[in-house]
Amino acid sequence: MALPPPDPQFVLRGTGAAVHTLHFSCGGPEPDIPVLFSGSENGFIHVWNLRTHRVDTALDGHGRKSVYCVETMGGKDRLLSQGRDQRICLWDLAEGRTAVTDSVSMEHVGFCRCSLLKVAQGRWLMAMAARSLEEVQILELPSKTSVCTLKPEVGAKLGMPMCLKLWQLNCGSQPVLLAGYEDGSVVLWNVSMGKALSRLVCHQEPVMSLDFDSEKAKGISGSSEKVLSIWSLNEQQNLQVCKTHELVNAGISDITIRPDKKILATGGWDHRIRIFGWKKLKPLAVLDYHTATVHCVSFSDHRNPRDRLLAAGSKDQRISVWSIYAQT
Amino acid sequence: VCFILGGLDCSISFVSHVLGKVCVHGRQKEILGVLVPRLTDLTKSDCIWQRICWRLVECVPDRWMEAVVLGFVQKAQGADVLSRLLGNLVVKNKKAQFVVTQKMLLLQYGHATAMLQNLLGYLALDGLRRTLLLRVLQELLETWGSSSTVKHSPPEQQLYISKAILICLSHLKEPEIESCRQELLTSMMEGVKCHLDSSLPQLRRLGMVVAESISSKISTEGPVLKFEYEEDDETAELKSLLVQTPPFCVVTNLPDDDRIEKADAALPLVPESNETSHTAAPVMPDEESDAELDSDDDLIPYDMSEDKELKIKAPVYIRDCIEVLTGSEDVDKWEATVKALESLVRKNPAATREVSVELAKILLHLEEKTCVEGFVELRQRAQVAVLTTDPIPVAKYLTSQFYSLNYSLRQRMDILDVLVLAAQELSCPKFHGKIEHSGAQKPCIKLLPGTDSSKDWRRIVDERIKSKTRRFDTGQSRIEQASGPNEFNSVAGHFFFPLIQHFDRPLTTFDLLGEDHLVLGRLVHTLAILMYLAVNTVTVVAMGKALLEFVWTLRFHTDSYVRQGLLSCISSLLLSVPAERILADMTEELLETQSWLGGKIGGGGNIRAFLVSDAVFVQHLFNCDGSVDV
Repeated sequence: MALPPPDPQFVLRGTGAAVHTLHFSCGGPEPDIPVLFSGSENGFIHVWNLRTHRVDTALDGHGRKSVYCVETMGGKDRLLSQGRDQRICLWDLAEGRTAVTDSVSMEHVGFCRCSLLKVAQGRWLMAMAARSLEEVQILELPSKTSVCTLKPEVGAKLGMPMCLKLWQLNCGSQPVLLAGYEDGSVVLWNVSMGKALSRLVCHQEPVMSLDFDSEKAKGISGSSEKVLSIWSLNEQQNLQVCKTHELVNAGISDITIRPDKKILATGGWDHRIRIFGWKKLKPLAVLDYHTATVHCVSFSDHRNPRDRLLAAGSKDQRISVWSIYAQT
Repeated sequence: VCFILGGLDCSISFVSHVLGKVCVHGRQKEILGVLVPRLTDLTKSDCIWQRICWRLVECVPDRWMEAVVLGFVQKAQGADVLSRLLGNLVVKNKKAQFVVTQKMLLLQYGHATAMLQNLLGYLALDGLRRTLLLRVLQELLETWGSSSTVKHSPPEQQLYISKAILICLSHLKEPEIESCRQELLTSMMEGVKCHLDSSLPQLRRLGMVVAESISSKISTEGPVLKFEYEEDDETAELKSLLVQTPPFCVVTNLPDDDRIEKADAALPLVPESNETSHTAAPVMPDEESDAELDSDDDLIPYDMSEDKELKIKAPVYIRDCIEVLTGSEDVDKWEATVKALESLVRKNPAATREVSVELAKILLHLEEKTCVEGFVELRQRAQVAVLTTDPIPVAKYLTSQFYSLNYSLRQRMDILDVLVLAAQELSCPKFHGKIEHSGAQKPCIKLLPGTDSSKDWRRIVDERIKSKTRRFDTGQSRIEQASGPNEFNSVAGHFFFPLIQHFDRPLTTFDLLGEDHLVLGRLVHTLAILMYLAVNTVTVVAMGKALLEFVWTLRFHTDSYVRQGLLSCISSLLLSVPAERILADMTEELLETQSWLGGKIGGGGNIRAFLVSDAVFVQHLFNCDGSVDV
């Protein structure tokens, strides 16, 4: 007899607006406090203390325009946030400061979340949607120099880039970008050469979110239709579809694979969070707590596996935090 | 006649005379049936025979030329055959020219399409005759484009002319099109305007098809004129006429820009998916075997039986529905409400009656917010449900809105449709829920109006009478059909009279007697249906009188759709009002109507059918009743 799905471990309330993005920073050594960053539609970034379950700080740096991406750059003292005011802000949060140290002006008016990759100590690559409709720009941070601009070929008609993921196989190898576009295709780009290696059409509708497992060279993408698509990368750097999984209700807004690559979570437009096993995409659980679209899901990076958490932010202004499959 | 010897110089004028005489006496088919095939074979390769044939036809006297030419055109197997047989007759002989270019195209319209092809192909085949072709095209376009043709000539003739135009167009070559491009454009613009103004959908479609074809011919690059209409056999046939075997003809239906782009985009995608499908196959078995080795079984799934499709609940109360429809921003809920409204209204008649007028108002103004399938039908069914639940106030509201300012023609016609459907439902309760949309075009509904209610007291009285009277003969027992009260009885007047009241008062945005003759046509048809449905009701006589007067005022209206409606009004009147009441109360009006029916009304086959049936009925009425002096 299967157990009923678990309840959330706790629920964070108080953002005052729909939650669009979440990011954990719990990897620090004791006595560091595990922290969850959340970006909301009212332009605030809340820093949640996961021990007291209260907001420690609220950062206001985007002129009350919605924040749709939050990432940390090596520890919880350096934060990167992306908002609808067309700015990417870099924050210094050490020792209680709340200052914006730098900002990058984006000319892209859209919702494509940027993707960060650490290439060397103190050096990061960031992929973001560029001004021109179909282009993706790669910048180096913190110098803010442009590495390259990835332009699809003329007539490809990919539409806007919807989601990005920069990764490299191991430190020192070439950074590669996976981009999901409005026409439902996922393109693999070689960043150093600036050209596309492979393109796969895996959806009929725009790709809303994707995630990639570089160890297994397998990725998953979700779109506004009912299908999840799992694809893999072969030795010739070609993408091909492995499998598709049909969902009960249409619309996926976010997908994330747990850092140990055992399970993955999807947040859907039908207010539900679904957990799947990553190996065979076996459906494991459906977590039905929220009363509106789930906008983002995120796994924590706790050192101790038993403390691992899953957080989901929704349009109903609540963040639910779950402890699920933490024992494995 | 068939055995003319070769090599002799003989005069065949005698033969021509005989041929002409036979043809004019109506024996074209027989003689040409034998002659034409023979001549076709003989003239195929032999020049001398061709010349003999030409002499033969040329020598036919003028008074019999028409019959002969007509016969040849009908019998010839193709344009080239006709060309061989007749040669340049049309150029040389005035009478033949008249017959071919004027009479057969403009004055007659009963000939088959194949014959048209022959004729116009014949004109196109020779340089001398091509000038005639151009002239013919100009005249055809002039006729096609004139508004009086569109209004007064029968639809069959208009179809014939359109076909002729399309065939001419298909024969034109580039330089010729160049030379008359401007004229083609002007005549097309004028013609399309008159056609679109007509009330008959068939004529509108004809106009659209011809205009599209002309436009595609005269502008080979750049956007062409494209109308939206329903394709059917007729339009398909017309379009096929444009495509001829000569290679330079342009295909009419140009696909939309979107589709072209998608087709282009699809091509690079197709090789991609081909690759992926090829490589996916070998990958799969490897993965499977791998997976069997590692097991995922340490992750136990939770119970997922609650995971079902997300459904938005529609409101359960009528007042909630009103709230959602007027104010709510939630589009999912709005959609669910629209879908559930009709059944809610029918299940809660008492609640609906409280808010009926408000609901009718909301429904009349309801516009499509999201893309709901069958929105128009859902809205109409909800309106009919409201109207049948609370007929009198809602009918009053709707009929008053029909004549108000600031409604679109579509909304006014919707009001008429709703009134008709509701009347249909009210007058026969046993068909509740299975009503088909009759289209409000012709009163061809077969209904059994229910008899008056059998209340308890009546049953008691009947039984008492039965027990007290002695019956000598019970007669054959008939199976009584299930009957219910005719609810239309009490409200028929409320539906009918307000509609007929203000038709002659023009408003700034709505002028029934002027431009909006389409709505007038629909109104007349609606009144005919309401009249028909009011059979056996109390108000039927008053309705009949009013209707006859209405018909009398409009009897000379120019639009044939309106005239058709008027005739159907008379039909329903004659069927609904009991004969004695017609003769007793409406004698003078009936006499006037009869004289009108006897005169010429004009219009196509439909109108004539109505006309004949009405006239016969009226005459029958008068004949039956011996007391009236006709």
